[in-house]
Amino acid sequence: MAMKFSTKNFTDRTKDNISDDFMRKAVAGAQERLHGRRLDAAEELGNWEEWRSHGEEIRQHVLENLDFYLHQLSENVAERGGRVFFAKTAEEASVYIRDVVEKKEGKKVVKSKSMVTEEINLNSVLEEAGCEVIETDLGEYILQVDDHDPPSHIVAPALHKNRDQIRDVFAEKLDYNKTSKPEELALHAREKLRKEFLAADIGITGCNFAIAETGSISLVTNEGNARLVSALPKTQITVMGMERVVPSFEEFEVLVSLLTRSAVGQKLTSYVTALTGPRGEGDVDGPEEFHLVIVDNGRSEILGTEFQSVLQCIRCAACVNVCPVYRHIGGHSYGSIYSGPIGAVLSPLLGGYDDFKELPYASTLCGACTDACPVKIPLHELLHQHRQVIVEEEGRAPISERLAMKAFGIGASSNPLYSMGAKVASTAMRPLTKNDRISKGPGPLKEWTDLREFPAVGNQRFRDWFYDQKGGK
Amino acid sequence: MTGTIRNRDTFLTEIATRLGREPKLNVQKPVWKHQPQRAVLKDASADELLEVLRNQCLQIHTDLIETKLADLPKTLAEAVKLYGGGPLSLWKDERFDKYGLTNLIENEWPAENIEVNSWDTTLGEKNIELAEQANIGITFSDMTLAESGTVVLLSSSDKGRSVSLLPTNYIAIIPKSTLVPRITQAADLIREKIDNGEQVPSCINFITGPSNSADIEMNLVIGVHGPVKAAYIIVNDC
Ligand code: SF4
Repeated sequence: MAMKFSTKNFTDRTKDNISDDFMRKAVAGAQERLHGRRLDAAEELGNWEEWRSHGEEIRQHVLENLDFYLHQLSENVAERGGRVFFAKTAEEASVYIRDVVEKKEGKKVVKSKSMVTEEINLNSVLEEAGCEVIETDLGEYILQVDDHDPPSHIVAPALHKNRDQIRDVFAEKLDYNKTSKPEELALHAREKLRKEFLAADIGITGCNFAIAETGSISLVTNEGNARLVSALPKTQITVMGMERVVPSFEEFEVLVSLLTRSAVGQKLTSYVTALTGPRGEGDVDGPEEFHLVIVDNGRSEILGTEFQSVLQCIRCAACVNVCPVYRHIGGHSYGSIYSGPIGAVLSPLLGGYDDFKELPYASTLCGACTDACPVKIPLHELLHQHRQVIVEEEGRAPISERLAMKAFGIGASSNPLYSMGAKVASTAMRPLTKNDRISKGPGPLKEWTDLREFPAVGNQRFRDWFYDQKGGK
Repeated sequence: MTGTIRNRDTFLTEIATRLGREPKLNVQKPVWKHQPQRAVLKDASADELLEVLRNQCLQIHTDLIETKLADLPKTLAEAVKLYGGGPLSLWKDERFDKYGLTNLIENEWPAENIEVNSWDTTLGEKNIELAEQANIGITFSDMTLAESGTVVLLSSSDKGRSVSLLPTNYIAIIPKSTLVPRITQAADLIREKIDNGEQVPSCINFITGPSNSADIEMNLVIGVHGPVKAAYIIVNDC
């Protein structure tokens, strides 16, 4: 799957998804659970803000010195016998990987979850070369078995599917004849996939963080599939976005703590694995050959711009889990493998405004994403920035907020998304309100108010609204 | 054995250019303004850490069994029965002897027809097969993180990655002396190794309970690709 997976336009995509009742309930439920767990995990620490600030300073320092840390990383990977390939484009990356697989005469490839391999369209390239490619993360496996249904959430890719749909897919494609109980479905997948792990020649993984000082890569999962992918096949290929590097284990542990807490509300996930080079001398398991592919694919063009901070992202999906628009339209509406606020900021940068110009408008600028982000990316400001670039620099007609919101199926006056209040607005807007409607506003709200009147921001901020919705919690 | 690096220079020059400067050849890590991780369980005693671990085990669906050093063989034998017996897959690890388990491994289990396979590099890939067929994998914990309920395993040629991964169940033996507050101390341990001129192990696993997934309707399913059940045996050695 490439980054863009739909040829339908934004409005049609959104319509399709809003009419999917299960999906919408599933998204809402998942948001509440994940968000609640994240808050518990953050609260427990007592000083979450300080943790976020530390996460931010680490990520900013790395980006400012990215060439140095990638140099150090590659030196240390090579010193431990690994092979490093720097890929400027998606094609360079996928062709290199295909060549490695062909040279190894690899037939069966097992993969653990990796957004960047989706971005570089790796599966199709390998399949065209005659390989069998098997996704092993349970959610991704379900999607793959279901004729490559696209992911709808960066942490829980099959969120939009219910158990009966999964049972039907398994029955049709995998000779499954049991019930739709998640335990039974998962057991079936376990048994099928265990055989694949043992038979695979090539393991392909993503990389949550690479550690420059030691030349290590790390994999964070609950299922353990990434451990199997990196323990059993003879050749391991790890693909990382170039920004995913940290100086040393000291920073690694902080970012992992932020990631697991923010993504799933766990202090650590079941498995965090740090791998350095291929198997050591005398080792029996682990790969004989290790390749690290470091992918640019548009990232360097973000450096040095007002969007640089988006590269701080650690892909935790906390922003997705609090986003009222994501809640309403679901992941597929974004038409990009990256959905939610992070997707709305990142997809136009990596994939261009032509395909993704509506996404920055898929936001109420409420700021809940920014508040949730463990590395303090000012997401809603970046969304606003996109709108300005679209209008000013790209010379395109501004997209009407009203049309965007209409596309979400959100009635202009009746929707809670507006009244819950934009963060920008709740501080800046008061004096400009008359009769609880805003007619003209400066700054971020300009395009909105130029185009339409909309209900003024209530005193209730999104966060508070969210809790109220949850039943006073 | 040294590896290879391809396409690096242009790639990194592009980054430097975008950042508006020459490529950097040397960067000192700054003194971070924030260090919240150092405050977690800072002055906790071993007993306090144990209490934290106990509570955390409830969160991570992991059975916690506490025992005295002298009772460890009996406790481990019971735990193995509880989880359905052999075949067993073990690291080759001198701690099994140090903690008084040699008789259990070499005599008692075989006498009861419980198959025991200790990792043996001379057997090559056979080790993986044996681990895959094992009902229980057993390792020691090299470091134990109280906050998250995590055992840290440093792999080596005698300590295969598969033992804690492929068997249906997993038991970690945790000497109480290995308890530390959190993953911060694991990073410190690695720093120490680097300062001593040691290489970091090719695989470091931080394991927190059994494998699980919430990918189907956000329902937690315990036991997906890795072990279905996990148990920690804490040995009071300090
Ligand atoms: S932008 Fe922030 S909150 Fe969103 S996925 Fe990235 S790190 Fe997480």
